[in-house]
Parts: sequence; C-alpha cells; structure tokens
Amino acid sequence: MAKIHVTTTINGEPTEFLCEPQQTMLDVLRDELRLTGSKEGCGTGDCGACSVTVDGRLVCSCLMLGAEAEGVEVETIEGMADGDTLHPLQQKFLERAALQCGICTPGFLIAAKSLLEKNPDPSETEVRYWLAGNLCRCTGYDKIIRAVLECAADMRGASA
Amino acid sequence: MSALTYKSPGSLDEAVNMLVAASGDAKLLAGGTDLLVQLRMGMIHPKMIIDIKKIPELTGIKEENGSYRIGASVSGAVLGEHAGMVGAWPGVVEALELIGSSQIQGRATMGGNLCNASPAADAVPAMIAADAVCTIAGPNGQREARVEDIVTGPGKTSLADGEMVVDFVFPARPACSGDAYLRFIPRTEMDIAVVGAGVSLTLDNAGVCTAARVALGAVAATQLVLEDGAAALIGSTLDGAAMEKLDAAARAACRPINDKRGTIEYRTKVAGVLTRRAAKIAQQRAEG
Amino acid sequence: MTMTSETKDYKWVGTSPVRPDGNDKVTGRAMFGADLMLPGMLVGKVLRSPHAHATIKSIDISKAEALPGVKAVITSDDVEDMESAWVAAGELQLNYRDLSYNVMANGKVLYDGHAVAAVAATSSAIANAALDLIDVDYEVLPHVIDVEEALEPDAPILHDDMFTEGVTPTPDKPSNVFKEFDIALGDVEAGFAKAHLIIERKFKSAPVHQGYLEPHAAVASFGEDGQAELWCCTQGHFSVRAYCAKLLGMDIADLRVTASEIGGGFGGKTTVYLEPVALMLSRKAGKPVRAVMTREDVFRASGPTSGATSWVKVGVTNDGKIVAGEAIFKYQAGAFAGSPIGPGCMCAYAPYDIENVKVKGYDVVTNRPKVAAYRAPGAPISEHAVESVLDEIAKKLGMDPIELREKNAAREGTHAAYGPKFGPIGFADTLAAAKAHPHYSAPLGPNQGRGVASGFWFNIGGSSSATVNVNEDGTLALATGSPDIGGSRASMAIMAAETLGIDVTDVRPIVADTASLGYTFLTGGSRVTFATGMAVIEASKKIALELRERAAKTWDISVDAVVWEDGKATPAGANAGEFEPLSLADLAAKMNQTGGPISTAVSLNAEGAGPGFGTHICDVEVDRETGAVKILRYTAVQDCGQAIHKAYVEGQIQGGAVQGIGWALNEEYIYNDKGRLENAGFLDYRIPVASDLPMIDTVIVEVANPNHPYGVRGVGEVPIVPPMGTVANAIDSAIGIRMTELPMSPPKVLAALDNGS
Repeated sequence: MAKIHVTTTINGEPTEFLCEPQQTMLDVLRDELRLTGSKEGCGTGDCGACSVTVDGRLVCSCLMLGAEAEGVEVETIEGMADGDTLHPLQQKFLERAALQCGICTPGFLIAAKSLLEKNPDPSETEVRYWLAGNLCRCTGYDKIIRAVLECAADMRGASA
Repeated sequence: MSALTYKSPGSLDEAVNMLVAASGDAKLLAGGTDLLVQLRMGMIHPKMIIDIKKIPELTGIKEENGSYRIGASVSGAVLGEHAGMVGAWPGVVEALELIGSSQIQGRATMGGNLCNASPAADAVPAMIAADAVCTIAGPNGQREARVEDIVTGPGKTSLADGEMVVDFVFPARPACSGDAYLRFIPRTEMDIAVVGAGVSLTLDNAGVCTAARVALGAVAATQLVLEDGAAALIGSTLDGAAMEKLDAAARAACRPINDKRGTIEYRTKVAGVLTRRAAKIAQQRAEG
Repeated sequence: MTMTSETKDYKWVGTSPVRPDGNDKVTGRAMFGADLMLPGMLVGKVLRSPHAHATIKSIDISKAEALPGVKAVITSDDVEDMESAWVAAGELQLNYRDLSYNVMANGKVLYDGHAVAAVAATSSAIANAALDLIDVDYEVLPHVIDVEEALEPDAPILHDDMFTEGVTPTPDKPSNVFKEFDIALGDVEAGFAKAHLIIERKFKSAPVHQGYLEPHAAVASFGEDGQAELWCCTQGHFSVRAYCAKLLGMDIADLRVTASEIGGGFGGKTTVYLEPVALMLSRKAGKPVRAVMTREDVFRASGPTSGATSWVKVGVTNDGKIVAGEAIFKYQAGAFAGSPIGPGCMCAYAPYDIENVKVKGYDVVTNRPKVAAYRAPGAPISEHAVESVLDEIAKKLGMDPIELREKNAAREGTHAAYGPKFGPIGFADTLAAAKAHPHYSAPLGPNQGRGVASGFWFNIGGSSSATVNVNEDGTLALATGSPDIGGSRASMAIMAAETLGIDVTDVRPIVADTASLGYTFLTGGSRVTFATGMAVIEASKKIALELRERAAKTWDISVDAVVWEDGKATPAGANAGEFEPLSLADLAAKMNQTGGPISTAVSLNAEGAGPGFGTHICDVEVDRETGAVKILRYTAVQDCGQAIHKAYVEGQIQGGAVQGIGWALNEEYIYNDKGRLENAGFLDYRIPVASDLPMIDTVIVEVANPNHPYGVRGVGEVPIVPPMGTVANAIDSAIGIRMTELPMSPPKVLAALDNGS
C-alpha cells in the first residue's frame, strides 16, 4: 500500500511527511514528526488530550487522517510558546498549579487558547462547557478553570 | 493489511464518479468524527475514503429569500457562527452543536450526522422538525428528499449506491416561529443522547399554534415524526392540557430498546418530559 | 483556607512555588510512557480473550510468526513458572503466580480482555494483522460477574485450588471466596441490647476504574547478554523491577527501570501488565519493543476497584452515642484473589469511638479484570455504607449530622476498632470547620438538598531513599525514587530547601532510575511527602553536618563550634564572630580541597505515618422529572498535617473529591450477559467532565503529625472516601429518598422517585 505524501504547515513551519491512509493526524504528529506533546488518551475523540487546531479550528487530531493535513495550518502544543516565552496560559497554569500529572495539560492549553481567541471574556460556565471535551482525572478541574478565567482577565487587561 | 486509498475530489462530479466506481466499498469523509472511530474499532473496512471537504457545493451557507442552503460538509462550529441560521433555526443549530465536544464541533457536520444514521443522532430530530429537504447527487443526476425520509434503520439510509447528500435547505420561516432541541444525557456533556426531542412551531397573534412538527430521537430504530404530537400542539396555546397530550403522544410513540445508555421505561418517560420542555422553549422563541 | 494548630515560621513549607518539572509539562516536552522512541523499536501488541471464562485448548501462532515484519510472538509458554507466593505491594498484597497468569493467561482465560498472546512487529498495522492470524481454540465456560452470584453454591468456579482462608475448618470444596476477614472489638450483641435506635441497610456498588488519562505504556530493550532496560509509566519502578525480574527469571541487577512521567495512576499503576510482555518480546526479537494499551484495553484488562455488596447495622442511644456497629462486606477481587477487603473492613468504623464493633469481609473472585488499588482501596465502599446509615440515624434522632459525628468522633487516644490507638488526629477539627463553614448554613432552594459525610484513611510510611549532591556552584542535585504523580518533586525541593535554609530554586529534584538509587517503595499509600520527604530531610541534615565540618576545617575550629543557619555556616560558641559566615556556594567552591565532593545517600523505613480524616459538604439539585442530579456546591475539609506545597495539597483534595463524585453519580462497568464489557471507553464510562461540576472549595486543617520533622500527614487518598456518602446524603436531603445503590444515575433516581421508595 503506497504512502501518501502530504505537504502542510505545522506550527508555522512548512512540513512534509509520508503517511499510510489510515494513520490519524495524531499518529503522524507523534510517530512520524516526533511531536509527542499531543497525547493519545482514548483515540476516539472522547478525552481531548490530542487537541490541536487546524486552520484555527479546535479539533481532536485522533479524529483526523494525516492525509487531511494537506494544505492546512496545524498548531500543536509545541508551537504555543513564542520562542522561549511561554504563552500567558502556559505561565498561568504553572503559577496556579493547574496541572498535577500533566498528561491532559497540552490538550487543555490548546483548547483554552482557542476559547480565548474566540471569546476573550468567557463566564465560568462558558469555560466549563467549552472545555467539557478535555478530560482531567487529577485536578477535578477547579484550578484549571480558575487559571483560564484569571488568564482571560489578565489578557484583557494587557490589551486594554 | 488494508488496501485503503484516500481521495480528495475537488468537484461533485468527481466525487460521484469515485463513489460509483467503488461499488459500495467507499466511505465519504466529512468531519470524520464517526468514520474514524468506526475505522479504528474495525467496524468498517472500506477500500476507499473520499474526502468531500473540498467540494464547493458542500461547504457553503447561502441565504435564499429567507431560506438557508447549508452544505453537507459545513461543521457545527461554522454553522454556530452564522448569525442568520442561529436567528432563524436556533433549535437546529443547538442540536448540531450538542454533538460531542468543542473539538468535535470543529469537524462534525449535519451531512455526517444524518448519513451515519445513528438512532441517537442529535441533529436529525431538529432537522426533521424543521422539515429540512436535502439535495442528493448521484449517477443519475440530482434529486431532492425530505430529511425525514433518509434514515431507514440503524446505520442505514435510503440513498442508493453512488448517491451522496450535497446540501440541506431549511425553509423560510413565517413570523412568530421558533424551534428547539433538547436531549437527555446522564452528564452535562459528552454523552450520546438517551432521548432527543425536536420541536418547531408557528404561533398566530393570539399565541395559538398554527403549525408544528415534532420529532424524537434515540427512542426507536429511526427518528420518529410525531404526528399526534403535532396535533396536540396545533390549535392550542401550549397550555397544560396540550402539554399532557403531547407528553402522552411522545410516550406512546416510543419504541426504544434497553441498552447501556438507557432502559425502555426510562427513555419512554423522559421522552414525554423532553418533548414538553422543547415545545415550551420553541414557544418562548416564537413569542420572543 | 488553612487552619493551623501551631504557627510556624517557615520560609518554603506551606507556600506554592512553581514546580520544577512544570515547564516541560506545559510545553509538551515532558516524556510520558508512550513518548520514548528508540532506534529499531518494534511495536508490541497484545491479543486478548473475547470470553469471560474459557479454557484455552490450543494456541497456534505459526501464521503470525510467518507474517513478514513480525519479529516475535509470545504466549504463556514463554513465561517462567511461578510458585504461589504473597508479597506486599503498596497497601495490598500480591501473588506472583497470579500476577504471571494475569500478565499472560495460562491454560484458562478468566475475563473479557485477558491477555493470551503478544506480538512485536515493525509497524502497528503489521502487529494488528499478526494478532488476527493467531488461532486460539477456546472452550467457553459459564461465567460469573456479580459478587452475590459468585457466592451461590452452584456458581461457576474460577480456581480449582481456591479453598477459603480465614475459615475453620478449611472447606473441602473450592469456591470463589479466597478469604474471609474479621475484625471485632467488644461485644456487639450487648451493644445492640443497649441501643434505643438500630438501623440496618444493604448497599451495592459497581466496580469503577481509576480513570487515568494515560494508558499503560512501556518500552523494553533487552540485550544479548541478558541485561535489559525498561521505560514505563508506573507508580513504582523498583516494584516493577522486582516483578519483571521475577517473571522473566532475571537477576534484579540485570534490569534497569526508568520511570517516565506518569499520566495518572491513583493506585492502578502499582502493578504490571505490559512491562513483562514488552521485555519478553524484546528478549525474543533482539530489538527494543514499545507496548501501549489502547483505551479499550485499559478498561477491559487493567484493574479497577471492586464492586461490592455491603450490609451495615448501627445502634445508638437517644443521645446519639453509637453503642454498636456491625457490617458485612463482600468485595469483588476480579479474576484473581486480592480485593481490598482488609482495608475496607478496617476503615468502615475507623472515624468513630465505638466500644463494640464487628466487621466481616469476603474476598470474592469473579470473571472480570483483577482488581488493582484505587485511592484508599476499599475504604470508599465501606465508609459510604456507614456514613449513609449515620445520616439516617441523625435524621431519625432529629440531630444535626455533624453533631452526631462529633459526639462519636475518634480523638487522640481513641482505640480504633482495627487495632491501634490514635495519636494526635484532626477528625474533630474537620467536623468543627465544616460546621462553621458558610456553606453549611447557606440557604437551599426547591428540589435542593445538602449532605455531609466523613472519611478516614491510614496512610503509610515505608522504605524510601534519597541522595543529595552539592554541585560546585552551591546548587543541589536531589534524587529520589518516587515517581511524581502530583507535584511531589516540588515538595521534595521545598523540604530540602527548608532544612538547609537555601532558596528552593537552587534545588533541582529528579526521579532517579533503579540503578542509580537505593530501593524506594512505590508512590502510593499517600506516603511520598511523608516517607520520601523524611529521607530527603535526613539527607539534607547530613549535608548540613558535612558543610559544618568543611567550615570547621576551613576555620580550623571544632565542628561543635559551627552552626548551620539560613543557608550559611556560622562560627558559634567560643568562636562566635571570629569568621565571616560561609554560604553553601562558598563551601561548594572549595569542596574538593576540603575533603572532596559533598554528597550523601539516605535509605530509611519511615514509620509513624499519620492517619487522615476528611469531612465533606455537598449541595445537590434533583430534576424530579428525569432523575438527574446536579452538584451545586462542594466543600471538602481535610486534616492534612502540615501542608508542604499548599496548592498541590488542595489539588489532591479536589481531584479525589471529584473521583468520588463520579463514583457516586455515573461511573460503573456495564457487562452484557456473555460477560463482555460494553462500555470500554470514555464515551460510556462516564467520568465527570468540567461542565458537571462547580468549584471544589477546600479547607486544610493542619494537625501536625509528630512523627515527621515538618508534621506531614499523607493527603492523597482521604479525599475520595467521603464523597459517595456526601452525595447520597445530599440526595436524601433533596428528595427524601435513601439511595443505596451506586452509581446514583438518573434512571435509578427517577425509578426511586416514581416508586416513592
């Protein structure tokens, strides 16, 4: 079975890879491109640990074929920091202890970033419903939600 | 090992030709939120995957004299950002948007939700209540069909070999119309519907219901169109007596199964509850 | 909110510095179990039984072996024969023969998902194809899932050699009861005779999974000389080393295990599943092998906690004093013996000072995956039952439920029913704090209710090692052997920095591999901050002494005339003021001239772990037409001893509480009539999602544990114990119905409402 040659952009970098037709974008990120920051928690779109954005849209990379990356822009956790400066959300998660084991953290950060880009002033309920597709078993979500709300306020203040 | 191939046609004709050539061994890929799960689980073994997201007719939202034509590959996220659709058909939009998570919404489509033909599909009862019509393309040209005639059983549709859904048309709304979709799930998100209820109605100036459509999901092998439910609403002001009749009609129509998501008894009971509540929300929207 | 019993002026203890491993976790750089790639690495996959109970008549692997790209296939033929032998493993016991049969089925499969063979191949697709080519001839046997059904006289028997222990005389016929367990104090009959009110109730709970987001993963690399390296996500890499060495017939020294970052464990990663398999495949193939469980595998084949039936009978006098407490607990062990029935029985009445207690437990095997530890193993089940009955009693007596508990609370000096006398404990403090909390007196609306329940867990100590090495610039390298599941590296750094009086950012903690450090018992039992912390503190103290000696040498005075304070060696006593103090950096710069590198290793067995208590308050709203229960507000009060890293202590409380809420409301295993698991995924195994919950408010009560230099008590497990009782009591408060079956999912609540039960 012939591999598919895909030309795409990942975290702003022009990227090419070969993949089998049935390989998911998550498989490609982790096994072909060695970008292991996106995690497989379930492989069926139920946990959000594999979250990335495609052309600015938040998606589960386990529910996308690698082949579908042709011509689109993919952003993963590895592209969230700006050089050696963490994104405010990354910094806030650290300061507010919004992670324990950290396996769900990349997914939450990508999802939260996507939320704040769409809605810079979400209510607690809006944050919770937006992040309902990201499972966490360690934190009970409390510190994650607080970190996102606080970061949103910081970012609004910074741009005001 | 699978001999799977992946294709990404740029036109409707190309897509139909591929489908026909594959003689039933191809699967259409829109959002992929059902397809990739089924592939992974080994539930399906297609030889070809046809990605239909690059076909112009399937990816747009057009307003035509108050009616809306929505491409079958439009994602829930995109639909939810369309002020016109949100204003005219909030029930349809909320139904599609209830599917899965924000991540799922970034990909899931009405076309996929309908043609995957799960009895518990969330968008479908609302689309049926809206009396949406779909355009179907196939080897013999294009035809139209009511959404309520598409699903014929779990995982089965009335589409012939080589046919695919192109878009959905939602009719122009008369004044004082509203729709709503509610589903019951054990958590607040992320579950498959245990019961789904879609209601669309129109009121006159006195608040009397002049037209209504009611559809139920997850309580039978296919979605149910509740004629008795509509009859209970039409001519009423959605008062207590009408709500009781509606509840009873919903319960009477249910033919659910016992499975890991709900029992017959539970689904039947909740079907009545949700249909009433959805009708009330639709009424509020019609009045507002 | 924190309430301290003593005020101490700590520089770092009780603060919340950013954790040293945090940056890698927010950038995706941190390497978890499935993230390691080695050159030439093969993909390992496991073939699993589709039957709940069956004899394996034959396995034909020839077609799989012949498939191009397949480099090794193993079955139980490749596994060493094991004698049946029990060893300690976390808070439970482990039998090596059972472990080996669980890792790879031997002659018989005992649950849907039981491993029967494994392959290593050059790609995932080829490995999957190879699994399809393995022919297993099964003879399906009748199966049994439910614990009561497993006790029926005609139940299918899982093990022909299971003759119930703890019964006299030993039975002459095998059964599904591995052992009976008894604890008794006083005379319950006499106690009940004095009671004015007796309530007895039966409860049922379903098995629930720990639900860690990271599936099990291991990378094994076996050399031709018999030495091997293993990388895996685990709560205890020294334990993994021991188990794997035993199962593969290796010397322990020949196996080096590195603990990757771990994506959750909660007790479920204290055993081995894939690790020995990956090693065996690598040994046979001569190449590294990575094996990762799918989510389906995790649910089908890794150990959840027990489902159970419980019977509880409590007698009180009219003033609310408990005069007798009795209970019978039947816990599922899964396919092999070893449910947490012991701790379950011991914890049931542990929060209370009761003269007469009698608890009996049964460890029952059933055709489901072997149970593994889950956060306070056994206690949530038994304490849910007792806390529910206490709530009923309070209601019947017209007594406030917190006051009922206060009247009976165990305090310092109380003789616990399970054996010891309590030292200083904070149970009463948690009750008082809960009662005084604004949550407890906030108004409630229609269909809303409020519940209170308490919980207890022993916490353990055990063996830990630590090394502290002074770097030439005065920074410290700190190594322990405790995999970090919740931020413990930060706590280790805090304790070292506090002890040495230096900046916490000058301490770099790592988790060392098994070849680089002394034995360390696994991360579990809420022991790491306590026991590994103790080793770190001891090591830091030794470093401080060494630094004093170096200063003394430098100044040519007696070491007794040097003190170590605020990160500096200062001349004291007769020599006070004679020399400028020397900092750690000063002394480090010269260490090779003053005697050589400054480093130390400490290994100890920490005793005197302080038990923990919690009291939770929960408000719910019940939708009477659908049975849906919404959690409106949740407050968890817990005695944590001295909280070392405040935010991570809060995090433990919040995480445990939410796991308990999931257990209370929606989590359960669903089997069909063939004994196959129907909800092997996060879609239908319903853990709480963010929108299901409010904020979880925490109150940390600090009653110091005198057996630890900083007063540390274990905190991780207590928080999962009260929630099921708390939520059940809240539902009763809302709708006047006592739910006795977990989970209290909407269909059950609606049925109860409709039956007016």
